[in-house]
Order: sequence, then C-alpha cells, then structure tokens
Amino acid sequence: MGEEKKFTGKVFRDAEGAIFDIVSGQTLHLGGFGLCGIPENCISALLKKGVNNLTCVSNNAGVDDFGIGLLLAKRQVKKMIASYVGENAEFERQMISGELEVDLVPQGTLAERIRAAGAGIPAFYTKTGVGTELAKSKPTARFEGEEYLLERALPADFSLVKAWKGDALGNLIYRGTARNFNPVMATAAKITIAEVEILVPVGDLDPEHVHTPGIYVQRIFEGKNYEKRIEQRTLSSESDKK
Amino acid sequence: MRLTKEQIAQRIAQEVVEGMYINLGIGIPTLVANYIPDGKHVVLQSENGLLGMGSFPTEDQVDADYINAGKQTITLVPGASLFSSAESFAMIRGRHVDLTILGAMEVSQNGDIANWKIPDKKVKGMGGAMDLVASSREIIVAMQHVNRAGESKLLEACSLPLTGIRCVKKVVTDIAVLEVDQQEEAFILLEKAPGISVEEIAGATEGKLILKGDVPDMVFDE
Repeated sequence: MGEEKKFTGKVFRDAEGAIFDIVSGQTLHLGGFGLCGIPENCISALLKKGVNNLTCVSNNAGVDDFGIGLLLAKRQVKKMIASYVGENAEFERQMISGELEVDLVPQGTLAERIRAAGAGIPAFYTKTGVGTELAKSKPTARFEGEEYLLERALPADFSLVKAWKGDALGNLIYRGTARNFNPVMATAAKITIAEVEILVPVGDLDPEHVHTPGIYVQRIFEGKNYEKRIEQRTLSSESDKK
Repeated sequence: MRLTKEQIAQRIAQEVVEGMYINLGIGIPTLVANYIPDGKHVVLQSENGLLGMGSFPTEDQVDADYINAGKQTITLVPGASLFSSAESFAMIRGRHVDLTILGAMEVSQNGDIANWKIPDKKVKGMGGAMDLVASSREIIVAMQHVNRAGESKLLEACSLPLTGIRCVKKVVTDIAVLEVDQQEEAFILLEKAPGISVEEIAGATEGKLILKGDVPDMVFDE
C-alpha cells in the first residue's frame, strides 16, 4: 500500500497521492459548513479517481457545481448523512428519485456522534429529537425525570479535513469559522487526511495554538488553487450604498 | 396594523437582556440584531462555531473563512471566540445559551414547535434547530400569525412533523405577543399590534387563547 507515497512520513505531494487507497463503497467524513472549510483538493481528487457508492458524512451537501455537489453530479455518492441539504437541485432530484439515500441528522447530534466515534464512546444520550419522528426508531431512557434518546457513534473509513496551517507531524490550525466540523472529523476515522493552505516546518506552529494534535492525522499535504467560494455574500449597509 | 418583519424583530429586541448569550435563527430572527440598542451588551452565537458575531462586512472585509450559520459573510466583534461544531453544540446542549430566537411553521398551545419539514414537499433538513429547541433555556418564536392560506399557525396541536416538544415560551407575530403557558396548555395574549382588535387575534388563533384583563398595544421606541 505505502509504495505510492511520494514522501516519507505523513506528508504527501498532493490530494491524488493522499487519497490513493480510498475505494468505492467506503464511508467518508468531509469537513466544512456550507462551502466554508471544505476539503476542495480531496474532492477534486475523488472526482478524478471516480470511486463511487460512497457514504458521505458532512453537515451539508455542497451546491450544484461545487463541494460535494460535484460528487453527486457524477453519481459517486450512494448515501448522504447531513443536517441540512437545501442548496442543491441535483441532490434533491436524486433524493426524490430514490437514487440517493439520505439520512438527516440534527447538527449537534451529528457533531457529537462524530466526536463520540473519535473519543471511544459507542453511544450517548441526548434530548435533541425527543418527541419528534426521529425518536421512533431509537431507544430512550429517563434521567432526573427527563427523557433522552440514545444516539450511536458515527465513525468513517477516511476523514477528509481542511485546515489553514499544518506541519509534517499533522498538527493543524484552522482559521475563522472554517473550523466547524473539521476538528471532530479529524479524530473519527481510521485514516485522516488533512489538506492545508500552508504547510509549515515542524516547530513553526505555536503548541499553545494547535487545534488538532497530529496524533489524529495520518496524512497531510499542502493544497493548491483554493477557490473558497462564498455562498451568501452579504455586505453591511454602508458598502451597499457605494 | 399588521407588523412588518422589521417591526416583529424590533419588538423581540425588547426581550433581550443585558449580558445574554443569544442564538438567532435565519429570517426575521437575524433582523433582531439590528434593533438591540448599542448600550445593551449581548453576545451573538452562531452555531457553526462562533461567539461574538458582528455586522456584515464591507466589501474589503469580506473573507470566505468567516460566515454565520446562514452561510452569510460576517465580521467578528472584539472579544469574539471561535470553536468547533462539537463545542458549539455542547454549549447549546449544555444550556449555556440564554435565548434562542427562531422562526416556525406552527406552534401549539403546549409549546411544541414544527419548523423543519412539510410532508410531500422538499425536505431540506433540520440543521441545528432540533438541538436548539431541545436545550435552550428560553425560546422566542418569530412568525406570521397565519400562513399563506390564511390558516392559524398557533394551534391546539401541531399538524406538521415536530422539531421539539414543550419548549416555546413566547411567540411574537405580526399581530400579537403571546406567552405559552405549558401547564395550562394555552396562549396568553400579552400585547396586540396597534390597531388590531382582540377579536381579530382570537379569530386568527386556533389554539386556546387566554385574556387577562385589558390587552395593551405593543409599544415601539421612536
């Protein structure tokens, strides 16, 4: 397996190299909220590789021509696990026609199921969803007189995360709200692949500021040509007047 | 007169107390931020991982790495902090957020809320709404009193799939401010929009409506 590695250790040359052993039918975590903080390079490499029947776990499903939407357009996704999928017409078409399996999970429950997977917790109780249709298939329990639902951990074969800076040991620092699901997903897969905007020499990241310790990251590469598309470009009223 | 969306937001802003941590939903709730007086210090939480959300950016401040839960570009206020989605919902689930303001399709007289799904129509997902309503200490719903078909959205029991149960405390609509009495299972009419009669409100409210003495008009500053 390792013979396709282009560099020693965790550092890979590019996304194509880093995802070399992702195969059809696997479960992937993809970081990001909307189009913010998504692993753009890894998504492009998955498109190129053409793996299919993927189960993709991500808060959203991209838009028609960007993010996970690109994988959907090429029919590479069998199942989507997300909290909100409103911005994608092709997604909707595939969901209605039954080509795409969709599991909608409350955002906090999604984050915690992923966190649990990374923290060795097989299941946990939450109030979220009590009394709703989501509760139908789930065991419940009462604690201090209140009802809770049992939710299971949600691990993946691969986590594809995007960070701002990283080093060869896999230590990561995120920027702004591009952090979102990336740190929890980094902890919850057999293999975590981190793409970063800037790969810095070991020792350059201030240990006090590392968000994801390198222990969680098996592969890292410096991405290129980040588009960082904005979904809702909203400006303050002062600049509207200009 | 029926309130505009801005006026609904303006009325809800009066419920905001100094020092609160607040999560604002998409739509009318987002507008509430515009009406919180400058002297009142609150911290806005955005569930994608931010405390201390500021105004929209100017053209040269736009940064794709800084968005709110509605995917809109935003700025941070001084003293803001950033964190992961897991931490964000830990603070929501752990009841650290004081106030949640969100929209709804239906609210029932026992405080149930439906706002995420219409059967046979396109389903977009619940996002963070189920987590927010399950765990917020205080929930205010901002919505129109009746739907586009003219049917009441304040019901005896919700007809749409629920987002959460027994959680809504207050509803501000285009014609009234109502408290939800979860014990009594009724809406208590607190205020009416200027020029709207109690009878009109009663006619537009399908759930049980309780009047306690004279119902005052909503008061707006300026």
